[in-house]
Amino acid sequence: MFEVIFLQFLNGLDKGAAYALIALGLTLVFGTLGVVNFAHGALFMLGAFCAVMFRQFLTLETVTIDPTQLSPWGAPLEIREPLVQAWFGDFGAILVNYSVPASILITIPIMLLIGIALERGIIKHFYKRPHAEQILVTFGLAIVAQEVIKSIFGPNPIPQPMPTDLRGAADIGAWLGMQANVITYPLWRMIYFLFSAVVIGGVFAFLQFTTFGMVVRAGMADRETVGLLGINIDRRFTIMFGLASVVAGMAGVMYTPLLPPNYHLGMDFLVLSFVVVVVGGMGSLPGAVAAGFLLGILQSFASMTQIKAFFPGIDQIIIYLVAVIILLVRPRGLLGRRGVMES
Amino acid sequence: MANFMSRNDLFLFLGFTIVVLAMPIWLAPFGAGYPDLLQRFMIYGIFAVGFNILFGLTGYLSFGHAAFFGVGSYAAVWSFKLLTLDAIPAMIFAVVISGLFALIIGFLSLRRSGIYFSILTLAFAQMSYNLAYSVLTPITNGETGLQLTLSDARVLDAAMGQTLVGQPVPTLLGQQLSGYAGFYLCAGFLILSFFIAQRVSGSPFGMMLKSIKSNQTRMQFTGFNTRPYALSAFVISGMYAGLAGALLAVTDPLAGAERMQWTASGEVVLMTILGGVGTLVGPVIGAWLIKYFENILSALNDQILANFWSFLPEGAADLMVQVTGKFVGDGWFLTLGLVFVLVVVFLPGGVMEGVRRIAATLKRSGTPDSKSRQTQPAE
Repeated sequence: MFEVIFLQFLNGLDKGAAYALIALGLTLVFGTLGVVNFAHGALFMLGAFCAVMFRQFLTLETVTIDPTQLSPWGAPLEIREPLVQAWFGDFGAILVNYSVPASILITIPIMLLIGIALERGIIKHFYKRPHAEQILVTFGLAIVAQEVIKSIFGPNPIPQPMPTDLRGAADIGAWLGMQANVITYPLWRMIYFLFSAVVIGGVFAFLQFTTFGMVVRAGMADRETVGLLGINIDRRFTIMFGLASVVAGMAGVMYTPLLPPNYHLGMDFLVLSFVVVVVGGMGSLPGAVAAGFLLGILQSFASMTQIKAFFPGIDQIIIYLVAVIILLVRPRGLLGRRGVMES
Repeated sequence: MANFMSRNDLFLFLGFTIVVLAMPIWLAPFGAGYPDLLQRFMIYGIFAVGFNILFGLTGYLSFGHAAFFGVGSYAAVWSFKLLTLDAIPAMIFAVVISGLFALIIGFLSLRRSGIYFSILTLAFAQMSYNLAYSVLTPITNGETGLQLTLSDARVLDAAMGQTLVGQPVPTLLGQQLSGYAGFYLCAGFLILSFFIAQRVSGSPFGMMLKSIKSNQTRMQFTGFNTRPYALSAFVISGMYAGLAGALLAVTDPLAGAERMQWTASGEVVLMTILGGVGTLVGPVIGAWLIKYFENILSALNDQILANFWSFLPEGAADLMVQVTGKFVGDGWFLTLGLVFVLVVVFLPGGVMEGVRRIAATLKRSGTPDSKSRQTQPAE
């Protein structure tokens, strides 16, 4: 029984990691700019499509027809050679193999640009407007983003292979001195969890230990005073919006091998991540991370057959149920401060 | 009944009635004068009018109204299956059930306001949607959708000694509801809904709702308990949504869970905002515009576009076909999203505010303006 519970706990970690990463960015935007960003799921989706784009670019190939060789069907053999491999040899092959992690390098600048452009172009004008209008405009932006992606990449999910070396499963049970082959965990999920831990740790360290982060935290606490001290807090908040988009984008990139991305990926995750943010407490970064993992793990437990036999359908609604209960019983969420959005 | 309606209200109501009833005539030149589409105009008009009673008057933004719409559809289809094929019991049943459902959800959700309210309604709607797809399959028939079959019980019909041959279809007092009969049924309900909404927003109750929107705290300090008012508005708009869902089931007796998905809730928000939130006619116009353009734009294809741009030189025409092709057909949602963002940014009051601004400009420039309240669905 212990093994089963431990396995479900592990299974919850990677989904929880995705929730935590998205919710972290969402809370960052809310805490700094005070904007309820319904387009954040779309940023996750755009990140995932950076990976798709990068791979499509890497796998551009030349097709030469070789009349001296015949394919098994008797037609002249087509030799396909990826351009990258032709140019860079083995390094190119490795690059194609590791396209998903490698695409993080291009995702960071792209998402930073998208985030800053979004903030400067549109969201900037909505700080003083009611939250309902912020929701509406970002909801519209999310629709636009997903339709643009649909018209470029088509409506079907595009699977992204993980690097061949990272395909198998890790026998975690054996590592911990238990019976072998009972608790195995796919390597890529473990990598996703570690990756998210690094990113989350990085964001917290950035906010805690750099001068920039200190100023941003001060601005979150009292924007006006920081502004009066002669610091251009708006520019820093814009950069924080960019950073939040980068976090969402990276979360999307690394998630592609687990779930083939399609254009409505963002909408699917958006609702869940909002629920996560609310459960954690609006504006609380540790709350968002904790709630992300908590809900991911709860969802994983709820999908156990023993529990489903007891409460049919619980796996479908557990997250929403938790959110409703938390909102009704403790509206500030788990770690939220008093007075945030309690008008 | 001297003060029953002010003269302006009466004119507005009569004008609205005439415009709605004459739709088959004046929409024919725009390629929309056929009953199928007109029925949808009416149904989503009712949905949007009801949504506006909650969002427009009280300012509570619900992201879960599609749940009531879906519940109304399911309730109506079950009434067709179990009781009778007549539309009236089905609609009463649907309105009552969705009203009860809204009472429960509203009672819980209205304990919070602002974004928390939106998230709560969203969570409830997603729960209903997920359950309709999984555990509640015996009631909802899952992905297939709930359909009428010949072997349904139909207790009342059986008691009346009616037997049926062929595919069961809903009727109204024995009349078939295909074609324009269905449209006039829906139109009647839209006019009735509009009338009730007009009465509500002009009544003391409506004033209470508007004051909740402008300053709820002050209302509470002056000693009003605002929650029963907000809850009544929530239930009324839930019943409107249920009625719309039931009418959709009457015209097409097939209920599926996708009607409850949160993007469907988003659609009614779009309609209301696009038309003009808080106005009476605005949401209806928004619903018509969205349904009209959904129908027109998604029917366009590259062939039609090529004809349209054929006056340009060859290369430019191809380019324009390529570019505009992204915005029509399957891509029409992109157009909707862009228009929506532009409306929220530049014209938060929607079409109605646009009309008002134009009217104000014309008045200032000295020409007496006789622009009718009705905008035509062409831009």
